[in-house]
Amino acid sequence: MTPYLIVSALLFSIGFAGVLTRRNAILVLVGVELMLNAANLNFVAFWRHGPNPAALDGVMFVVFAIAVAAAEAAVGLALVIAIHRHCRSGNVDEASGMKG
Amino acid sequence: MASLDQIFVALKDWLVAFVPVALQPLAGALLSIVAIMAVFPGIFALTTVVERKLLARFQNRPGPNRVGIPLTKIRLAGFGQFAADGIKSLTKEDIVPRNADRIVHFVAPFVLVAPAFLSLSVVPVGRNMAALDFRETGLLFFFAVGAATELSVFMAGWSSRNKYSLLGAMRGIAQMLSYELPLILSSLVVVMMAGTLSLATIAERQSGVQWGVVHSWHVFTPWGFAGFLIFLTAACAESNRTPFDLPEAESELVAGYFTEYSGFKFALFFLGEYLGMFAISGVAITLFLGGWNAPFTFLDWVPSWMWFFGKLVGFILFFIWLRATLPRLRVDQLMDLAWKFMLPMSLVNLVVAGVWHLAASWPHLLRWPLCVAILALPYWLLSRGFQTRFKTRTYRFAEESRPAPATAAAGP
Amino acid sequence: MNPIFAILAGVTVGAAVAAMALRNLVHSVLCLTVSLVGLALLYLRLGAEFAGFVQILVYVGAVAILIMFAVLLTRGGEAPPGRIANAPWSGLAVAAAVFAMIAWAIARSPALRGMAKDPAQPPLSVKAIGDKLTGDLVLPLQVVALLLTAALVGGVVIAMSEKETE
Repeated sequence: MTPYLIVSALLFSIGFAGVLTRRNAILVLVGVELMLNAANLNFVAFWRHGPNPAALDGVMFVVFAIAVAAAEAAVGLALVIAIHRHCRSGNVDEASGMKG
Repeated sequence: MASLDQIFVALKDWLVAFVPVALQPLAGALLSIVAIMAVFPGIFALTTVVERKLLARFQNRPGPNRVGIPLTKIRLAGFGQFAADGIKSLTKEDIVPRNADRIVHFVAPFVLVAPAFLSLSVVPVGRNMAALDFRETGLLFFFAVGAATELSVFMAGWSSRNKYSLLGAMRGIAQMLSYELPLILSSLVVVMMAGTLSLATIAERQSGVQWGVVHSWHVFTPWGFAGFLIFLTAACAESNRTPFDLPEAESELVAGYFTEYSGFKFALFFLGEYLGMFAISGVAITLFLGGWNAPFTFLDWVPSWMWFFGKLVGFILFFIWLRATLPRLRVDQLMDLAWKFMLPMSLVNLVVAGVWHLAASWPHLLRWPLCVAILALPYWLLSRGFQTRFKTRTYRFAEESRPAPATAAAGP
Repeated sequence: MNPIFAILAGVTVGAAVAAMALRNLVHSVLCLTVSLVGLALLYLRLGAEFAGFVQILVYVGAVAILIMFAVLLTRGGEAPPGRIANAPWSGLAVAAAVFAMIAWAIARSPALRGMAKDPAQPPLSVKAIGDKLTGDLVLPLQVVALLLTAALVGGVVIAMSEKETE
């Protein structure tokens, strides 16, 4: 149990570090995906070791989270493409102006 | 005859009994791997020769007929060709473009071949003869593993730094993603009716008897027949066969995403494509054509694996026939077919399966026409109905379509 | 620790680090894919077959390819020159602090100590998942369907060419 949680915490921190530091918008999204997946690993681990695995709560949560993550990726990447078209750049800090 | 039916299972058990008990699962797995690695590449080797010979016959020329056994006069009607081709591709120089991304370029063919073998391993090739049987998630495993194909196509196309490769990869990924939807939705019908995702159980379920002597293959129902046609078309597109071979259209893109591959890696791509075709044909057989079941009860004495491989050969010959007959689609036609025709049809087919299930107690004379009508109306609407209603079909010829200079300047 | 688990965890974490650290975007996304496949295999080790295969189907088959398309559409195929990160050291320090806090919480948690070391494999049938989805969870399922449709339409509208609105 504890090893899985440590792996999950590592993944979360790695994704978090990427979100905080990388300049490219797509890599920020990749970092968010890593953080989401770290949470999913926790759900599966707690489902397996939890008091009532027959209720399937953890697995159901993961299935829903995967569906939501797919939607999030689609919209996020569409935004990245729109920003790129507008600002001619894929960097997050260059898309800071409010004026269109 | 029961012994001949299970001869390979018995052989495996007999061989596994020689190793210590602790290692027996490992030995069994190894034997299954060896069997898959020997049988399907063998079929691939023969298929390459048969395809070349048949295509030649379709075009009224003899095809390869020289290579036989070396140093003798025996020619085997050209069936030694695959050995010559194999030796040639192994000894050829392996060229990697100077600008290519070396690691990704190297890994791509293996990302294609390894999942192809994995997806073959869940296909039940005979009674009790599936190397990997996921009782809960067999079909899901097949589709999950097949997802790696798109990745491999992208890796090959992007890493080659070549416009033909990249165009081919983009076309290929768009095509595979679009046709995966009808593929999965049409196989979902079978999962709905069988109530399981295990391919072995689905095959077993079709050994029932209907109409006296006929085994209850899923293709002998309205939803099964429509599902089979959709699955077959989508399978053809998934394995990049003509008429859906845009990703590797020789006359437009040299060889598509594997333009920059040579020697052994080219052979691996070739192998991977054919293995993918065998796997998807095997799943089509399992889902709709009764798996290893005979068509009629009085043919049950023929061993189950012979039925499976017979059907597989039938599929291969059918694909070759299609390749020799049909011209290639345009990209927009390809996308139209997937999104505007096959996707709605496979959704309608899901409804038909539900109706069929709910009307289980009705007499056949009522159930069949109802389901066929539900299928036929959208079929007509999607293929012709909407078009004749809203626009007349026009034909443009070369002279007419040349625009005047003034309108060309104002064009899009 | 089990060697298979150690290999899987190492590959997953290592690929995640590579995904966040590499300069070339396409390499990053390929490493992300490796990491997600490693996670799916970890799910399999935990006995969640269905979740693992769905993870591969959705992430490798769809999300990774989607990100690749976005990378190519934004001309990210070549390694960018210049800096790739803003204030890397402070960002890493914050992330390390987050990890240290989670790890401390895991180590101190009394609930975790009471849990069984390796409980029996719970039964996970796809039928049970289906029953659950069409029974208790039918409303969330519909909401997810709505969300996916909205995301589909929204993605198309946002990424559509701006010319028509001008």
